[in-house]
Amino acid sequence: MKSDRRHFLKAAGVATIGVAAGATAAEANLLDSAKELLLGPKGAAPYPEAKKNARWAMVVDTRKLTAESMEKMIHACNHAHNIPLHPLRKKGDKYNKDEIKWIWEEEFENAFPGQMNEHLPPKVTQNEVLVLCNQCENPACVRVCPTKATFQRDDGIVIMDFHRCIGCRFCMAACPYGSRSFNFKDPRIASLEINPEFPTRMKGVVEKCNFCAEQLDKGLQPHCVEACENGELVFGDMNDPESEIRKVLRNNYTIRRKPEVGTQPQVYYIV
Amino acid sequence: MLEKALTGDSKYWGWIGFLLLLIAVGFGAYLRQFNEGLTLTGLSRDVSWGFYIAQLTYLVGVAASGVMLVMPYYLHDHKAFGKITILGEFMAVGAITMCLLFVLVDLGQPMRMMNMIIFPTPNSVLFWDMVVLNTYMFLNIIIGWTVLQNERKGIHYQKWVKVLIYLSIPFAVSIHTVTAFLYAGLPGRHFWLTAIMAPRFLAGAFCAGPAILLLIVFFLRRFTSFDAGDKAIKSLAVIITYAMILNVFFLLLELFTAFYSQVPGHMHALIYLFAGLHGGHALVPVMWASVILAVIVLILLIPPKFRNNYNLLIPALIMLVLSTWLEKGVALVVAGFIPNPLEHVNEYAPTLNELVISVGVYAVGALIVTVLYKIAIGVKAEVGDAAH
Ligand code: SF4
Ligand code: SF4
Ligand code: SF4
Repeated sequence: MKSDRRHFLKAAGVATIGVAAGATAAEANLLDSAKELLLGPKGAAPYPEAKKNARWAMVVDTRKLTAESMEKMIHACNHAHNIPLHPLRKKGDKYNKDEIKWIWEEEFENAFPGQMNEHLPPKVTQNEVLVLCNQCENPACVRVCPTKATFQRDDGIVIMDFHRCIGCRFCMAACPYGSRSFNFKDPRIASLEINPEFPTRMKGVVEKCNFCAEQLDKGLQPHCVEACENGELVFGDMNDPESEIRKVLRNNYTIRRKPEVGTQPQVYYIV
Repeated sequence: MLEKALTGDSKYWGWIGFLLLLIAVGFGAYLRQFNEGLTLTGLSRDVSWGFYIAQLTYLVGVAASGVMLVMPYYLHDHKAFGKITILGEFMAVGAITMCLLFVLVDLGQPMRMMNMIIFPTPNSVLFWDMVVLNTYMFLNIIIGWTVLQNERKGIHYQKWVKVLIYLSIPFAVSIHTVTAFLYAGLPGRHFWLTAIMAPRFLAGAFCAGPAILLLIVFFLRRFTSFDAGDKAIKSLAVIITYAMILNVFFLLLELFTAFYSQVPGHMHALIYLFAGLHGGHALVPVMWASVILAVIVLILLIPPKFRNNYNLLIPALIMLVLSTWLEKGVALVVAGFIPNPLEHVNEYAPTLNELVISVGVYAVGALIVTVLYKIAIGVKAEVGDAAH
């Protein structure tokens, strides 16, 4: 019964999008060229239309990732979101306790614990992969937050209100992917060139990848996706059967991080 | 009745002064943390809760001591506890105050604390934890105070007080259960993801809380006019013994499930605790100390011959408090974060500043308990109920 209803709702949603997309296609094309003029051509094309009923997701094609390309994407995110670079707390620390990261590189076995078969192709196990917040469909971080500072938008994006967060860090304990960072110290003191388009944070609050909601609202692709040169990342609307991401998912076998914990990650990996 | 706390000998005032000094130093350390952020603690991106939250966990257990007296006294009419229920209730007040303070000092944005009330979020366990902790605290303040006042006036407590007393019993259970749910409901934290988390908390609470209370009872017997009576001491020791047996039993259950099933996630944190993992060994001595102490405690508590010998009972209680503190007040919270969700081992150790703040919070609790006990004992002396 329940799943029937869900399917029906989904189908209804898709139908609505279809109609809306048709009606606004002309305007969208105009908008498109205007954007191209203003912003210049980018690695990835902006969206033809700013979608209302979208369900955003990402595919990471790990076969295409290289050290340089990953660095570019990480840099794009760090720069766009004013991510501070804190030094080690004290010399000789094994890792950076104050570190803030939204997207970063991990070994295959760390990104996918429990999926490390013996004798896997070296190109799978020896290359690092990119990890970020999975924008879970059933997010544990939202469930535990006592103030709704972390919440889920209608388009599925799990996002934060930095001004409401009390810094209890319950969400960090709850996230099964270690996707969240806490501002142990004032992020504004770390030397960085501030991007005035994105808010800086204050100490004592949590933060994480927001799927570049600020870009999507402008009809643009996320920064890390824009920084791709070979289609390493594919971003799109899961509710649109014709979207590129749906095509990629149809044509490739993908895996997700820790599917067994029931969070329904919306970041898919081609290995 | 408050005036009873304002008269005392030089030892009493010395102790109060000492606690105030600790509070002042702790407050100074907190101001530093308030200005610079939690970077002054040993916490990190990977181990995001540490000493503060572990103390919260332990002290929620201590707050239970009250109910282990209230239940036998009011439900089963166990008269021997009549004189000391008030001690349990007042200890709960001190313990919960400390719990709330430990949450406060752990917050990254303490000034926004009220957001939990302005934007109540029933799907968050932390919201419910706040609700039950506060309710339990107020219940204990009201019950303890009214019962004492009535005792002073020589009248029996009113009906509504009795209702509150009955209400406080499920609330005592709920504060542990809800605190256990903070941990037990998180996907991907295998060490905590266990249905017996709440029973483990309850068992730990029902031995550690009464053990601390009993130690205080021995102290009062020695240094003040207040004597709880041998009967009460012995019954409480039996309760503590049973609870401690359950506490150890539950830990063995966790070990069985993890190591017999051989599910890696379930074994990791336990291996980290007992043997060290990927070069991280910080908690190995803590865990073994806890286990060895627990074994000694059981040997000293189970045979009635030992248990009824106060020269053995007192050290056994001290070891019990230490053993459960090492397990719940240190290891349980920290090990849940190690290894991290990406299976890296990054360890945690509290910093000096963190410890000084914690000592300050404990001093606040000790001050509250001291003052409340001073009043209670003063009243009992007045109505001639102190000695037996
Ligand atoms: S990956 Fe973690 S932080 Fe991101 S939505 Fe899922 S649970 Fe929340
Ligand atoms: S740290 Fe902030 S976002 Fe995370 S659970 Fe607490 S209030 Fe919510
Ligand atoms: S989607 Fe945006 S916020 Fe998320 S990792 Fe990519 S650039 Fe960063």
